[in-house]
Amino acid sequence: MDQGRRDFLEKTGKYVLLFGAATKAWDFILAGNPEAAPGYDVTRHWWAFYIDIEKCIGCGNCVRACKAENDVLREPFYFRTWVERYHIPPPDLANLGEELQPIVDSPNGGYDGFPERYRDGDGSKSFFVPKMCNHCTDSPCTQVCPVGATFDTPDGVVLVDKTYCLGCRYCVQACPYGCRYIDPRTHTVDKCTLCYHRITKGLTTACCEACPTGARLLGDLKDPKDPLHELLRTQKVQVLKPHLATGAKLHYKGLDGAVR
Amino acid sequence: MEPFIHGVEGFMYPNEIELQWSILIVLYPFLTGIVAGAFILASLERVFNVEAVKPTYRLALLTALAFMIVAPLPLQLHLGHPERSFEMYLTPHTTSAMAMFGFVYLWYLLAVLVIEIWLDFRKDIVHMARESTDWKRPIYRAMTLGSYNVSPRALSIDDKLGRFVTIVGIPSAFLLHGYVGFLFGSIKANPWWSTPLMPIVFLFSAIVSGIAAVLLLYIVVCFLKGIPRSVPCLDTMARYLFYAFLIDFSLEMLDLIHRNYEADESLRTLSFMVQTRLYGSQVLLQIVIGTLVPIGLLAMVQLVSMSTRAREGLYVIASVLTLCGIFAMRWNVVIGGQLFSKSFLGYTTYKMGFATREGLLPALLLMALPFLILWFLVTLLPPMPRDEEAR
Repeated sequence: MDQGRRDFLEKTGKYVLLFGAATKAWDFILAGNPEAAPGYDVTRHWWAFYIDIEKCIGCGNCVRACKAENDVLREPFYFRTWVERYHIPPPDLANLGEELQPIVDSPNGGYDGFPERYRDGDGSKSFFVPKMCNHCTDSPCTQVCPVGATFDTPDGVVLVDKTYCLGCRYCVQACPYGCRYIDPRTHTVDKCTLCYHRITKGLTTACCEACPTGARLLGDLKDPKDPLHELLRTQKVQVLKPHLATGAKLHYKGLDGAVR
Repeated sequence: MEPFIHGVEGFMYPNEIELQWSILIVLYPFLTGIVAGAFILASLERVFNVEAVKPTYRLALLTALAFMIVAPLPLQLHLGHPERSFEMYLTPHTTSAMAMFGFVYLWYLLAVLVIEIWLDFRKDIVHMARESTDWKRPIYRAMTLGSYNVSPRALSIDDKLGRFVTIVGIPSAFLLHGYVGFLFGSIKANPWWSTPLMPIVFLFSAIVSGIAAVLLLYIVVCFLKGIPRSVPCLDTMARYLFYAFLIDFSLEMLDLIHRNYEADESLRTLSFMVQTRLYGSQVLLQIVIGTLVPIGLLAMVQLVSMSTRAREGLYVIASVLTLCGIFAMRWNVVIGGQLFSKSFLGYTTYKMGFATREGLLPALLLMALPFLILWFLVTLLPPMPRDEEAR
């Protein structure tokens, strides 16, 4: 009886929330192959991401939207995306030879925004850096997964098959950016999916949609008309830890050298 | 994250605060190291005909087997989904170093260790299958695999085959533990692990721990069985331990000097970690107590003439300290590699539970298990040659 009621609620909920093609697509998402959704051809996309650091105001909308959209645990150790605040103090003129260490914080991953802490005008600089999976082309996490539960999709996204993941945590160790965690509910690894369930339906990611300043932009590099092409051509962009040659597809505009 | 909350100092990426690999993963290289080291010691007698270490030959093989049986258990206990581990055999991901674990393990266990032990003990097994009258008789009969032929010709074939398996076994033992080092050394995201020296350091530390373990076990087994210990055997093993330790220590120092001289962006963070959170386990336990002191003791035996009893006492002390030092080395690699942030801006703390799934209690039980298995194996397959036991 309980099972019957659950089925009824699931089906009704699905049809109330979604319509037509979206309903059909949802079935493929649940089946673990959203790329097979009607109207989506994996071979015709190559996803990348662009973050304009100067536009980020540290409001935490992206973190909240991501957690809500993707059912990410609310505890402060589980993030598919988070925001860091960097504060670089003014140089100590008496000790110029000493390495200047940035002061970084990310209270609850920036979920609740950032308390006012630093003031302008003292020679220091502060800025926010949104972080998420870099969906690397040569991703170390995919390389080390012993069973191929972490895999690259043909459209350039790194995903995890949770029905196959052993929970060995080797990928968590291999990710240089700290983007993975073990979900204590499933005992499998979890990470940003680039909202694959949304982008395969022609929507943008939850974080992009929630960002009030347009600091985040999803781009499809196989689409010659995508604005990302113009941005990559005209702006000074950098990826995180370029020396690791992971083929990161998360491009930052205005990335300070202090950011790691 | 507020400073010092949950033992965090500075900045960690939010997902990094909880450590991923626990004391169980520390056990894994420790156990496999003893396997590889014990086997390499056994191979010396077999392949290079080092007569002096002959009394420990069979004990070393059984030690390797006992520890090998337990080696995958901490990994299995650590997995989020242990029931899926068999997928590594069915659908291994060819680019993954970890995917090779099952194959390396099975190869070494089934194609090297079990065959070699069977060939070496076959004469005794047949003998005991015929003579034994207690509960062990059906086990011995099963272990004969139906072959009761112990003619000189059959034994000569066994010997030749055993020698061949040992020759195959030496690179296999190197592979087994070099591979474990590679698992860590190939993680470019982690500068504490990422060095091509890691497999070699692991290999030599494995040889060191294997020799120390067999030396200790030999003394204990002889004591329990009331058999006189072979002093030349102990002296030779202690000499091998000394030489292997010198190479191991030189490699580790080479790594240290290289890191300091190269001084890349991680050096400040790693130095701070060694001077603070790893000071006790790395500087004091691993380097001073677990390396320099035993090397000093072993060197003293080489240089100063002393009584057999005094030498034996020093060998026991040196071996115990060596095993503590090698365990500390595994700890510092596995746990140390997770105490700092990959942002190089902060540090976290390892909080070990006690009676939890990955706590101290299961670790202690897993550490005791190989000795229980070894006791059973020694009961079933007496490792001392019959004439020696009779004496």
